[in-house]
Amino acid sequence: MTEIIEAGAYNFAYLDEQTKRMIRRAILKGIAVPGYQVPFASREMPMPYGWGTGGVQVTAACLVPEDRLKVIDQGADDTTNAVSIRRFFQRTAGVSVTEATTEATVIQTRHRIPETPLTEGQILVYQVPIPEPLRFLEPRETETRKMHELEEYGLMHVKLYEDIARHGQIATSYAYPVKVEGRYVMDPSPIPKFDNPKLSGNPAIQLFGAGREQRIYALPPWTEAVSLDFDDHPFETSKAPHDCDLCGARDSYLDEVITDDQGGRMFVCSDTDFCAGRRAKGHTGRLGEAA
Amino acid sequence: MYVAVKGGERAIDNAHQWLAEERRGDPAMPALSIPQIREQMALAVNRVMAEGSLYDRDLAALAIKQARGDLIEAVFLIRAYRTTLPRLAASHPVDTAAMAVDRRISATFKDLPGGQILGPTFDYTHRLLDFALMAEGETPRSAPPSPVGGEGRGEGEARFPHVTSFLNRDGLIESAEASNATPPDLTREPMELPADRPLRLQALTRGDEGFVLSMAYSTQRGYGRTHAFVGELRIGTVAVEVDIPELGFAVEIGEIELTECETVNQFKGSKTEPPQFTRGYGLVMGQSERKAIAMSLVDRALRWQELGEDFTGAPAQDEEFVLMHCDNIQATGFLEHIKLPHYVDFQAELELVRKLRSEAMALQEAAE
Amino acid sequence: MIADALEGGFTEAPVQSARAFREILEAMARPGTIRRVQGAAPPQPLSVAAGVALLVLTDPTTRLHLAGQADCPAVRDWVAFHIGAPVVGAEEADFAVGTWAALQPVSRFRIGQPDYPDRSATLIVECDRLVNHGPALTGPGIETVSWLNLPETATFRANRSLFPLGFDCLFTAGQQIAGLPRSTRVENL
Repeated sequence: MTEIIEAGAYNFAYLDEQTKRMIRRAILKGIAVPGYQVPFASREMPMPYGWGTGGVQVTAACLVPEDRLKVIDQGADDTTNAVSIRRFFQRTAGVSVTEATTEATVIQTRHRIPETPLTEGQILVYQVPIPEPLRFLEPRETETRKMHELEEYGLMHVKLYEDIARHGQIATSYAYPVKVEGRYVMDPSPIPKFDNPKLSGNPAIQLFGAGREQRIYALPPWTEAVSLDFDDHPFETSKAPHDCDLCGARDSYLDEVITDDQGGRMFVCSDTDFCAGRRAKGHTGRLGEAA
Repeated sequence: MYVAVKGGERAIDNAHQWLAEERRGDPAMPALSIPQIREQMALAVNRVMAEGSLYDRDLAALAIKQARGDLIEAVFLIRAYRTTLPRLAASHPVDTAAMAVDRRISATFKDLPGGQILGPTFDYTHRLLDFALMAEGETPRSAPPSPVGGEGRGEGEARFPHVTSFLNRDGLIESAEASNATPPDLTREPMELPADRPLRLQALTRGDEGFVLSMAYSTQRGYGRTHAFVGELRIGTVAVEVDIPELGFAVEIGEIELTECETVNQFKGSKTEPPQFTRGYGLVMGQSERKAIAMSLVDRALRWQELGEDFTGAPAQDEEFVLMHCDNIQATGFLEHIKLPHYVDFQAELELVRKLRSEAMALQEAAE
Repeated sequence: MIADALEGGFTEAPVQSARAFREILEAMARPGTIRRVQGAAPPQPLSVAAGVALLVLTDPTTRLHLAGQADCPAVRDWVAFHIGAPVVGAEEADFAVGTWAALQPVSRFRIGQPDYPDRSATLIVECDRLVNHGPALTGPGIETVSWLNLPETATFRANRSLFPLGFDCLFTAGQQIAGLPRSTRVENL
């Protein structure tokens, strides 16, 4: 009876086998219907809802002992919650861990897609707080489920159009909805819209886990995910109009850091592995020194 | 040169160490034992068992100790532990009519078969701080009365019929048919809406006491009023029986304490139902009287559709609103998660607001 | 129950099923790729891959349909001992296993509901062999085009036309496994 968890000795990757089977079935259905949110019987994890319980359950269902796991939060490997989740899997699955995007086989992320392009054989697992892209337009699950069924996304377009009428542009800067393979409108989790283009045609498997809301969804490799827009207001990415002050990157997403109380600030890559890699190669920014 | 904040790992270790010290408090004070918490903080233990959905007084007491008395944190510890437990069997439905009652009151009949039993209640205490307790003195104890009914009584008088069954005999209250259908399991299947009554009751019994209380209170103040009388409230222990396939019969594996509340609700009839009394039901682990009463009020309010009543827009009538928000572990997790880093989304918003502002100000300048 | 039924399960379930799931995930996520799985030794006529897929994905909470030769006492006993899935008719099944011929007519299987397209059957289709030859596959999971020796095309085209409803398939032969989700477009070239 390997499935019974004895005191002090947890099953491989923490979850019991029946739970993993249930999650695995949901993942496969998610793969089969890209962008559709599959309900799953999310378990209570030993970390709070909101800390990535959905992502953790998806990762736990996917991990094999040979994996090299990378965990990032806000693009960084060293944020406390990334550290905590990485440790959890080191302890419960005995997997090796890495900070290098290129070396990782499974990457669990909160709020970012790594700058370094992903490859076949990699799995990117997103932590999702509110999986329903229509939730803030219609709070009722019973209603939004009908809208997805009928492909009735008018409400979303009205909202985006109202933005344009009021602000001259679409005023959504993160969790920017995409349409998957021309069918389901999907919430890409609260990544900045800067990352949206990386969702589409990605060679890696992208899995999304929302624990509290009990939903799993997926983008298989090479799947088309189009950011919603209008012909006269095409989708545009955005980032702080600066280069990274440490590595000089011009095309990476930046964190703004306040350096003094005189209005001093600097901009640094949010993707810490990407930034460190560039500095290791000798790139420097305004305030950086060669590594 | 700027160095990004590092050392997440060390910070976490230090935080845990500090937390452990804070939990213990002044080491000159004797540490609380689990039996002390179990025996002397029994109602806190009950709440943790009820909302943690695990009937184990010692573990609930341990959780309270570990959580420094934060009951929601304690419920969370129990829930996370509970999920890892294998399901060995499902019990027979417990028979609350055979309860060994400590307390049994009816607000609808002055006297009834089995009688009213006040039991260990705060109801008529005067809420005056008892400074004798502070002086670590104890009021002298009289021998506790033994529970009534159940095994404590002779054959034939062991059952306490429910008050609603008297009304049922005269057809004055809606009949509640017994069912052997397997109820859905909230902890093993994703919530599907609309939910049926067994699923709603499951959600309510493990729901946050404060939330369920406030929802019930709102119905009393007119937001989905259901005219509830407490037909009966009983607290006591019931036997839990499990079929043992090897033996071919059911065996009593233990007993649990439950609080059960049945409300009798005034009902003038609707488009579909004749005038008769209707029911609300509350059943909670342990002695959890406030929660059981509140649960039965909310249960009744949520039944508007099946009884052909109108939806008045009251929060307590709104199944999706109640069920999606009554779980304090889900609620506290999502609420508290906003303290986690959101640099990335915030940065995206910052850039957006800067852009919108500069465009708006340029427009304004052009207009001037 | 025959003694053989006690054999042929995973010896180290958590790790073996994890490895096998990753292969199945890759197979389903990249239609047309042929992966290799191991660890199960199910009774005849089930292939190793079909046995692995059943051990990884089915349990007492999933309804299983055994089609044709797969519905035999040896398989039933093995399923009862290692999996515990209730064996049901095609119309109710969450999973079904058998040859393509035995699974006919596949119109019996659940294709999900418009509001819950995930409530659909997964067919484990036993094949003699799997090769990257035959009908051309395009769609999610496929960069340009891939090929797989599907037993036919018309049914899969009809299934695709139901999207987002439809059944999903795993093809198994020996230790080989390939996936064909309902999202894949199938063409005879």
